[in-house]
Amino acid sequence: MNVAIVDYGAGNVPSVERALRKLGATPERVRTPEALAGASTIVLPGQGHYAALIRALDERGMRVALVEALLHGKAFLGICLGLQALYQSSEEAPDLAGLGILQGKICALPDSVKLPHMGWNRLSVRRESRLLAGLTGDDYFYFAHTFAASAASGETVAACEYGVEFGAVVEVGRMCAVQFHPEKSGNSGAKLLENFLGMAV
Amino acid sequence: MRLARRIIPCLDVDGARVVKGVNFVGLRDAGDPAELAARYNAEGADELVVLDIAASRDRRPTFLETIRRVAEQLAIPLTAGGGIRTLDDARAVVEAGADKVTVNTAAVERPELISELSQEFGTQAVVLAIDAKREGEHWDVRVRGGRDSAQLNALDWAWSGVAMGAGEILLTSMDKDGTQSGFDVALTSAISGQVSVPVIASGGAKRPEDFAKIFTAGLADAALAASIFHDGVQSIRELKDFLAAKNIEVRFPC
Repeated sequence: MNVAIVDYGAGNVPSVERALRKLGATPERVRTPEALAGASTIVLPGQGHYAALIRALDERGMRVALVEALLHGKAFLGICLGLQALYQSSEEAPDLAGLGILQGKICALPDSVKLPHMGWNRLSVRRESRLLAGLTGDDYFYFAHTFAASAASGETVAACEYGVEFGAVVEVGRMCAVQFHPEKSGNSGAKLLENFLGMAV
Repeated sequence: MRLARRIIPCLDVDGARVVKGVNFVGLRDAGDPAELAARYNAEGADELVVLDIAASRDRRPTFLETIRRVAEQLAIPLTAGGGIRTLDDARAVVEAGADKVTVNTAAVERPELISELSQEFGTQAVVLAIDAKREGEHWDVRVRGGRDSAQLNALDWAWSGVAMGAGEILLTSMDKDGTQSGFDVALTSAISGQVSVPVIASGGAKRPEDFAKIFTAGLADAALAASIFHDGVQSIRELKDFLAAKNIEVRFPC
């Protein structure tokens, strides 16, 4: 299966490619709105600064193509910043508009804990999810972030706790997003990616 | 808090081989980096660090190839460093497959390197390595493989590094490194209790009790070791069983 990986010049593209290849998928880096429009399965990876992702999408003219793909119900997986980008805005770059597919604002985790939230943590699964099929609160996933979505939003299928409870997994139809890095999360991460590929078929 | 304490094997690499030595001298061959990486990935290591101990320009392509081979084996995060002096050096390492880069001497000589890396890759990808040696009532920062004093207080340097964008500190005790007499609890707790980012303790690991102590009294967020894992003296799985029995949160791969 071909999987389009949005390549905006930063982020964790090689490790996402590697993880997908191990599952038998064929990753293809896409850098233009045309290539994105032709894709049926899309992964938006990301790490680093929120502004870098949003600006890169705008500079490459990919914002509209991405929103259209999401509205058309294409299989989508946002990773880390790729989750945060779905919301309306972020405290990390308050002047930039996010994709605005989901309501709400990305906020900094509290400074009562060490930041970034770095390492392996577990999820509180809230409701049934195709993306999390076969995964439970015993599975660990690798996180590396300072900002996060609210756990209160209705799209949240699993939350994580670090100083505060935040949204760790979002699933609406075939639009999925995770705050952690499944491509770096051992067998549990591979299972999640496998579930995603299954949703894309 | 359910965030797991991390166990991180470290591969000191000279070109294409893993080496080991005591206090940076008397290096011996310790195996193939990709083979060790595959083994640690399967045994439940939480991350892997690969350091180019030669860090010479002409050996750079070999080191980058080693990172590629190691990354291919991993489904856990990879940190790479040794000889990273510029943004371009770091880009090459990231393109080869590292998730984080670690800087040491070059950051002491030119602290702006930390902010440059952090702006390019994000704070979560910048690990400031500090080699510290006790000098009376404080710890002195050592550079160039521990040979020279940087004339900096380690706690002050940790603070500055975090302010400039380091997202993690890899703290090696030069007093304990290679001694296998346990981690440096005093040093690690002094730094980890004061900075806002995670601290990886390094140097002196041998017994499972050493790990338990550095995670509790030492306030370490992660612990790094090399020889005891390479030699098979300590299996990661058994180490984690020991820590879990002490009520220390560790990750068991499902």
